[in-house]
Amino acid sequence: MSTQKPRFRVFSFALQGLLYIFLYAPIFVMAAFSFNNSKSRSVWTGFTLKWYGELFRDRAILEALVVTLSVAIIASLAATIIGTAAALGIHRMRKKTRDVVMTVNNIPVVNPDILTGVSFMLLFVAITTFLRTLGADISLGYWSLLLAHITFNIPYIILSVMPKLRQMNKHTLEAALDLGATPFQGFRKVILPEIMPGVVSGMMIAFTMSIDDFVISYFTSGSSVQTLSVAVYAMTRKRINPEINALSTIMFVSVMLLLVIINVIQAKDKNKEKKF
Amino acid sequence: MFAASFRLAFYATAICLLISYPIAYVVSRETPQVQSVFMVLLMVPMWINFLLRTYAWMSILENNGLLNKLLVLLGIGKVSIINTEAAVALGMVYNYLPFMLLPILTVLQKLDRSLLEASSDLGANGVRTFLRVVFPLSLPGVLSGVTMVFVPSVSTFVISKLLGGGKTLLLGDLIEMQFLGNAYNPYIGSAVSIVMMLIVLVCMFVMNKFGDGGEETSMF
Repeated sequence: MSTQKPRFRVFSFALQGLLYIFLYAPIFVMAAFSFNNSKSRSVWTGFTLKWYGELFRDRAILEALVVTLSVAIIASLAATIIGTAAALGIHRMRKKTRDVVMTVNNIPVVNPDILTGVSFMLLFVAITTFLRTLGADISLGYWSLLLAHITFNIPYIILSVMPKLRQMNKHTLEAALDLGATPFQGFRKVILPEIMPGVVSGMMIAFTMSIDDFVISYFTSGSSVQTLSVAVYAMTRKRINPEINALSTIMFVSVMLLLVIINVIQAKDKNKEKKF
Repeated sequence: MFAASFRLAFYATAICLLISYPIAYVVSRETPQVQSVFMVLLMVPMWINFLLRTYAWMSILENNGLLNKLLVLLGIGKVSIINTEAAVALGMVYNYLPFMLLPILTVLQKLDRSLLEASSDLGANGVRTFLRVVFPLSLPGVLSGVTMVFVPSVSTFVISKLLGGGKTLLLGDLIEMQFLGNAYNPYIGSAVSIVMMLIVLVCMFVMNKFGDGGEETSMF
């Protein structure tokens, strides 16, 4: 493809450029207003770093950040373990059963968030009402938020692990077992290394989904706990606090840095491979 | 309300498709390096909370916002977009565009080049090759993109609230109002949810009918 006509190149870069402008304009606007001296979101009144300072003193936002990150980490780890185990089981099923299970697995992925959120809320409310009649003092909170996140992450793990299991040569496991490996050793030394890329990318997807989720958290977190997106939503109904712009700018810059670092490491690895 | 939801979701899906297809097509013919940069740049905005990105659109589209300032500067004059259906549709396009681009790009990347050569060897010109070979082969990607944009567009309630100013009520808004909003009535909310779920299931069923044939054969 290196011998493209120059006209095509110009056209292609123009299209991509327009797309990038469209995608990034709001992000740069947001970043710019995190340095704006007044709380206005359309008038520029001078440069300041005060929102960054206030951000680190704002208890509510920092707590929401901790909730968001801890839920994302715990939920993606738990979902990875459950999802990988489920994928192993589903892989061993007969084709008909497997197709049915995979269709059921796909429903939550395509299902609109709002429906998932509402159903979780109704389920958790039913559970708390039942427990209350038994005398427990319980209401929606961190536990329901976490359970909802673990549950909605599992299908993504299964979806990214299944193809790796399908590509795997099943005779390697048989060989290992014939040579005296226990089933657990077989899993750890044969299956796990083969499916690892799928497991890791599934976990990354799950983590991203958790961080980015608003709708499901909104319905399941109750009134005592807030994730960042729920906090932002509550603010947008009044007037947004520029601290939030500052926080997203920090997050955006860290994501960018992380990507650059990953790319540099990958480039170095490639260079090393060439040397040997 | 059903009509407004479906109309806006339909517009958003159509616009996404019209933007995505040409871009996916040219990017699929770029070098692998350009393609991987493209993928990364497409994914990065998704790491920023979508509420904030939508909120940033509010400051761009406002009557005294950045877009209007730019237009006045260029001598075109003001337009009022915020709190209209157009703003809601724009918000939908902005938020769900990657969901259309990625599946189309993936099918186009996998497209067998020799088919294009065969087509031109047999005397077809560029347009004919595109209509008869490229487009039909990319249909599975287009269909999955259409579902991935249409379903969240029909069910959103945040975008319509922020950019539509609460004037355009969508199905999502209706459901949200019944459970956490002012019009508390979980029974109506559940009923609307079930109807919406049925629509989504029908969509999924249709997708499976179309999609499976292509995917199974390409796998073996």
